[in-house]
Amino acid sequence: MTQRLIIIGAGMATGRALEHLLDAGADYDVTLFNAEPRGNYNRIMLSPVLSGEKTYAEIETHTAEWYEENGITCRFGEKIASIDRAAKTVTAENGDVLSYDKLLFGTGSNPFMIPLPGHDLEGVIAYRDLEDTERMMGLGPDNKCVVIGGGLLGLEAAAGMAARGVDVTVIHIMGHLMERQLDEAAGYLLRKALVDKGITVKCSANSKEILGENGKVRALLLDDGTELPCDLLVMAVGIRPNTKLAQDAGVAVGKGIHVDDQMCTSDADILAVGECVEHDGAIFGLVAPLYDQAKVVAKTLMGDEAQFVQKELSTKLKVTGCDLFSAGDFAEGEGREDIVFRDPARGVYRRLVLEDNVVVGAVMYGDTADSNWFFGLIREKTDVSDMRETLIFGPAFQGGGASDPLSAVAALPRDAEICGCNGISKGEIEDAIAAGSGDLAAIKASTKASASCGTCTGLVEQVLAVTLGDDFVIPAAASICGCTDMTHEDVRRMIKSQKLTSMPAVWQECGWKTSCGCHVCRPALNFYLLADWPLEYQDDPQSRFINERKHANIQKDGTFSVVPRMWGGITTPDELRAIADAADKFEVPTVKVTGGQRIDLLGVKGEDLPAIWDDLNKAGMVSGHAYSKGLRTVKTCVGTDHCRFGTQDSTGLGIKLEKILWGSWTPHKLKLGVSGCPRNCAEATCKDIGIVCVDSGYQISIGGAAGMDVRETVLLCQVPTEEEVVDVIKAVTQSYRENAKYLDRIYKWMDKVGLEWIQETVEDLDTRAALVERFDLSQTIYRKDPWAQHVAKAETYQPLADLTLEAAE
Amino acid sequence: MNEQPANWVDIAALEDVPKRGARLIKTAHGCVAVFRTGADEVYALDNACPHKQGPLADGIVHDKSVTCPLHNWVISLETGEVQGADEGQVATYPAKVVDGRITLDTAFLVRRAVA
Repeated sequence: MTQRLIIIGAGMATGRALEHLLDAGADYDVTLFNAEPRGNYNRIMLSPVLSGEKTYAEIETHTAEWYEENGITCRFGEKIASIDRAAKTVTAENGDVLSYDKLLFGTGSNPFMIPLPGHDLEGVIAYRDLEDTERMMGLGPDNKCVVIGGGLLGLEAAAGMAARGVDVTVIHIMGHLMERQLDEAAGYLLRKALVDKGITVKCSANSKEILGENGKVRALLLDDGTELPCDLLVMAVGIRPNTKLAQDAGVAVGKGIHVDDQMCTSDADILAVGECVEHDGAIFGLVAPLYDQAKVVAKTLMGDEAQFVQKELSTKLKVTGCDLFSAGDFAEGEGREDIVFRDPARGVYRRLVLEDNVVVGAVMYGDTADSNWFFGLIREKTDVSDMRETLIFGPAFQGGGASDPLSAVAALPRDAEICGCNGISKGEIEDAIAAGSGDLAAIKASTKASASCGTCTGLVEQVLAVTLGDDFVIPAAASICGCTDMTHEDVRRMIKSQKLTSMPAVWQECGWKTSCGCHVCRPALNFYLLADWPLEYQDDPQSRFINERKHANIQKDGTFSVVPRMWGGITTPDELRAIADAADKFEVPTVKVTGGQRIDLLGVKGEDLPAIWDDLNKAGMVSGHAYSKGLRTVKTCVGTDHCRFGTQDSTGLGIKLEKILWGSWTPHKLKLGVSGCPRNCAEATCKDIGIVCVDSGYQISIGGAAGMDVRETVLLCQVPTEEEVVDVIKAVTQSYRENAKYLDRIYKWMDKVGLEWIQETVEDLDTRAALVERFDLSQTIYRKDPWAQHVAKAETYQPLADLTLEAAE
Repeated sequence: MNEQPANWVDIAALEDVPKRGARLIKTAHGCVAVFRTGADEVYALDNACPHKQGPLADGIVHDKSVTCPLHNWVISLETGEVQGADEGQVATYPAKVVDGRITLDTAFLVRRAVA
């Protein structure tokens, strides 16, 4: 018989518990209450949202559709007022009384607010949920922020805001940062890295009072009299399990809600999971044990045997550029020995704490590549006496010769944790592989390993390689070029998150190995920077291929071809005359109609370019960008004006689109086609973006190509009006500009991110509007006729000097 | 030996060539490209890639090399030698910057004419 399960709290623990229940085919009628007005998202990824590396949409783990498909009744934004254990009912805030067979607490924790005078002023917040994150994201470069708390959360908040240009000061009461996870030396290196990011750090600092003005925070006063002005004060000093509801209901509560190994509370029909629980004296703030608990609580609810066991935990800081790892216990003590390794030049620090030839703690800063191996030693309590001399150098130095990373992974036991975010062990991945998951994407889908922060992706691939042998080849993440080891995606992420707005900034922050890049990376960087920072970035002509630098196509003999724009393929006798005159005047050897319905003047000498442009400009024509990684042409048919089958004004729409999109730079060339009916005379279905007009509106499809690959477009959406066509196309183009790899056509980008993702992006009206706005903004800066601009510097197209006479002497 | 004394000729201001860019100089025997690196060194080379005579002055300049715009051959500005797996060499000419002015030794250019 179906039982009623009421869950209080839609956090990461209950979200995961629900998934396990559904996977197991549980027969529960589930009602999910949540105080936050939304469903489950990955709270640990709020830091990347804050720093701009991810969007909220990317960290949402369960969508409204997911809850609906799985028949879960959601009551988001509603709190439970009370629980009657005798009657087995809960009373919602609005007075609704619901009865339950099983009740699950997932009430999480509350941020701890230091009761300083002024802590209730407007502008004093914690760092806990999306609202807090959005408050911080709302700060601009002119704002000041003080963060109280130099722990994991406080530093992630500070780094995230600093990445957005906010003036941030961190106040920490202890002598060094993250004192619970780090020793002093690692704390020093971390502090140095944060200061380099422009963050002010004050340790051993006692807050005395929060000063306000008109009810709003103005400054933080320290007990040494220092006043730190701020527009926002973030308190990130810790969390406390949220136990009030449980306590009021008479369930046993200590620091948290008491649970046994099965996650049952003192009332057998009430269970609890996550940050709100206390198990064997411990409370939990990291995600891995929460997920273990979720697994156990689901089993218990299914009536199966399971037992929650506390494990050793490790910590990593999610701040780009601060590579930090800490695990176990590194306090000094009787019988404990230290092994320390420092390399000041590289900013590397490693410290191991040993007790009876077993590693009990590890701290690493600057180079954490071997952290999983050390963590394994701690958890396995491995006797390290045989490798003590070289232990600190990591697994590569054990047992003679550089070890193969694959053999290290092969040697891991089945319960070794691979994915810390999701608590996935090597054994679970092996089982998934045995069940048919043969690549990374399949492993992600079936186990969630590497699906959160992604730092374990390499390890997952190694498990695949070890298990599948030759059937699996670890895909080498291709770097952009020899100047860097970073991929296009890495660099784009850095540009956004670190707000790198110039090429030297990218070279420096991403560790370029050459002084100024090369012909491969510079054009890509130039595009990424202008696409991401249209206002801040200065376009660099010297990082453009000659076609874009001279605004004409270079030909095999070093001459150029010139193509004026003919909006939508329409021209006039006057324009044709001007083109003919220019062809005569500049002795153009070949005049050809291009594949995109424009006229090409081939064989123009480089030094004649400004003059021929000037003539064409005078006849009202601008550059056709036939040379650009940007909008080229919008091909059209004749539509309703002349065609007996045509629906809609397809020619007019083509002209309109070309006038809106021209001059925009994109990762690769961008060609559009607009056909007036499904006979498709403009061949719109093999363009990057195609529009086919039909009686009821406009079918927009994307991802076509007729180059090295021949591809048919796929339908993106159908819309009823021209206005919507324009908005959708601007949005798709902007999303492509912001996300695609340089030199990927739309179809390649679409293969990577998936059509569904693009559809969701443009169908969400807020996202669409934001993309349109950013596209329009970029156009105000980059849509200039390059011909008109370059005519003014015509002399640079001429030889620098003429030595014909001297050389002939 | 038919050694001619150096004949340094003032060509133009350094600023007339963009950083990481090039400009052409016309001579009676074809064009010479004058390159300026990111570090403001100048080099003069024949404006023809040994592969298919691509106009090197239209290439992308990086470090002390230029990439030919036609087929991406990379050529050292210092030695004129083709880098990487490809083979070949471009003639180079003495060039220097004096007080912010680019000067070339035209004696070499003359010898190029007779060669």
